[in-house]
Amino acid sequence: MKMNINKQYKEKEVLVFVEGEIDAFTAPKLREELWHLSEKENATVTINLKEVTYLDSTGLGVFVGLFKRLNSNNGELKLIELSNRLYKLFEMTGLINIMDICVNSEDGGR
Amino acid sequence: MEVMDYIEMKLPAKPDNIGIVRLTLSGIASSMGFTYEDVEDLKIAVSEACTNSVQHAYDNNEGGEVVIGFGIYKDKLEMMVADSGRSFNFNRIKAELGPYTESSTVDQLAVGGLGLYLIETLMDEVRVMNHSGVTVYMMKYLNGERENYGTINPIGKTV
Repeated sequence: MKMNINKQYKEKEVLVFVEGEIDAFTAPKLREELWHLSEKENATVTINLKEVTYLDSTGLGVFVGLFKRLNSNNGELKLIELSNRLYKLFEMTGLINIMDICVNSEDGGR
Repeated sequence: MEVMDYIEMKLPAKPDNIGIVRLTLSGIASSMGFTYEDVEDLKIAVSEACTNSVQHAYDNNEGGEVVIGFGIYKDKLEMMVADSGRSFNFNRIKAELGPYTESSTVDQLAVGGLGLYLIETLMDEVRVMNHSGVTVYMMKYLNGERENYGTINPIGKTV
């Protein structure tokens, strides 16, 4: 089981592509890869989840942690290109009402 | 209804192995005729239960094993996930159970009970038995009419 992370930097914005399965095994790696992005003031982190084939509470926990951290540093977290499955999870957990979540690519697409 | 088949897996309680459980479950549930959506729901439920067991083993440096049992019926699938160790703090987790609401402040976003909440929301029946270890029992009907996420108020539901 694999998860890959790709980052593209442009000024204060970071676009992150995550690919594969996010579970208890891969979530710590994801957290490690993303955590430093939330340390800067006013950072905008956009995460493209198009290629994420599995997500559960462990992955949601990583995104919630990142969201909180960015918020407290006046930054922003956007999650984009969610599949129906992933969208359902964010909906079920109520995160859809709190976080910036978009099924489309917005301007952050490839 | 009699159980048609019982399949059991025993794995070292490590996060690396949860993917293997999902793969096995996928095969079982697909061949039973569950829809794609249902298979994905089942995958989350079994993973969450395994994550609980694995994290518990990890927190206590116990190593240990997780046993996953699949009871296959004509009209439903039962899954049981048991850890061999002592219990996780179920009451605490239960107290944190539930979705985030629009009125949740950023500070209130706890992750604790989210896994258990997902299991409850996705399965038709859930029971947690807390004897010498913790066993999570989950059941889903093959042609589930229950598509209830978003409409129920999970707080106060019994597990």
